[in-house]
Amino acid sequence: MKINWSKYSAPLAFYPLAGKMIPWFGTVAALTIAVGLYIGLLVAPTDFQQGEAYRIIFVHVPAAWMSMFLYVVMAGWAAVGLGLNARLSFMMTQAIAPTGAMFTFLALVTGAMWGKPTWGAWWVWDARLTSELILLFQYAGVMLLRTSIDDQRRADRASGVCALVGVVNIPIIYFSVQWWNTLHQGASVSMTAAPKMAAIMLTGMLLMTFGFWMYSLAVILSRVRCVILERESVQFWSKLSSVAEVAEVR
Amino acid sequence: MTQPSLWETLWGIIWRDLLLAMRRRSDVAISVLFLVIVASLFPLGVGPEPAVLRTIAAGVLWVAALLACLLSLGRVFTADYLDGVLEQMLLIPQPLPVLVMGKVFAHWMVSGLPIVLLSPLLGLQFGLEGEVLGTLVLSLLLGTPTLSMIGSIGAALVLGVRGSGLLVALLVLPLYVPVLIFGAGAVTSSMAGVGGEANLSLLGACLVLSLFFAPWATAAALRIALE
Repeated sequence: MKINWSKYSAPLAFYPLAGKMIPWFGTVAALTIAVGLYIGLLVAPTDFQQGEAYRIIFVHVPAAWMSMFLYVVMAGWAAVGLGLNARLSFMMTQAIAPTGAMFTFLALVTGAMWGKPTWGAWWVWDARLTSELILLFQYAGVMLLRTSIDDQRRADRASGVCALVGVVNIPIIYFSVQWWNTLHQGASVSMTAAPKMAAIMLTGMLLMTFGFWMYSLAVILSRVRCVILERESVQFWSKLSSVAEVAEVR
Repeated sequence: MTQPSLWETLWGIIWRDLLLAMRRRSDVAISVLFLVIVASLFPLGVGPEPAVLRTIAAGVLWVAALLACLLSLGRVFTADYLDGVLEQMLLIPQPLPVLVMGKVFAHWMVSGLPIVLLSPLLGLQFGLEGEVLGTLVLSLLLGTPTLSMIGSIGAALVLGVRGSGLLVALLVLPLYVPVLIFGAGAVTSSMAGVGGEANLSLLGACLVLSLFFAPWATAAALRIALE
């Protein structure tokens, strides 16, 4: 079966597709996060150095990964939108920003919770922490720029450029633990080397990451549906001829 | 009529903007005065002990310079945007990034350069001397053009937007952070006796990167603003 992808670049065609996908992503997210938390909080052994406090990493590390990943995805959609002038791309950019900001905030808060028992301080002015905080400001900037411009088209494009410029910060966050001598520990997991942690811990963390991923997809798709409804309301209702169709789209 | 070359265009823009700035000298004076006042507030706030002042000098002077740059960003495009000149500039058959480069350079000449020239005086107020003072001037000389380049992106994005003055701060300040860290770091490490070369090189790298990328981003933002 050949799927006509360009068909779904139209917001009206994407709306029902997103609606069909949301329950699947949502269910998978709930299941994997539940299993991940079970492994992380109950199965994984206590760390010999950090004690029980280390268990926050099952939320902290995946949240921090997601915060950077979602920013890149957001900027990617902005680039597609600017390049191809596609409405749906900008809607995706708009839908991703709050979730990305939420994960950034979550990473900062869980980091502080971990820092207090381990480092003895809620916050240190470390390169990793500072650059993550800047990422939060960047999400805020992109969102606020969009809301301050009344003209929809200009709001989309201006916040797109703003998001793209901010991508500079992502490698800085990622490599900050290597470039500077920071208090924040270096990466324990990387693509190229064997992970420096027990297999069961890694399993829990990867499950949580996958769960957060699915959660983001579900939430972003729900939000993009709201955005489509809000922006395309006139076209939307004029296209639907009967009550039955309205029910079907839902 | 022959078309002017790139250099002629660039020079024309710079000359025009400098001329306009010289006709309204008080605008230039405001941001410089702002820097002096902000820098003078700190000794009053934290107390006049020379040892304390010397330790905070790098950070305070750099933050003050950064805020003075931020304050002057509104002048880069706003006047031309309001009287429609900017729209005409977009129609000039020359690459827009070159025009942007000219405008930003002129803006740096009237807002960044005075800060650099004034910084030894402010450094003396904070008890810096000799080589450290030299590093401060050099770091600002490398850093303030970068601030102007990055700032121009934000200034173009918020053209004609309500609450643009505060919004530009939110957009631009996060991007100013590396420059602030390297700039203040150069002065601090020079004070510690290890020399500021490493940080100055990084500042230079920031300048080169922003010179290359910022005009394109600003040009894109201007086109969006004037669509």
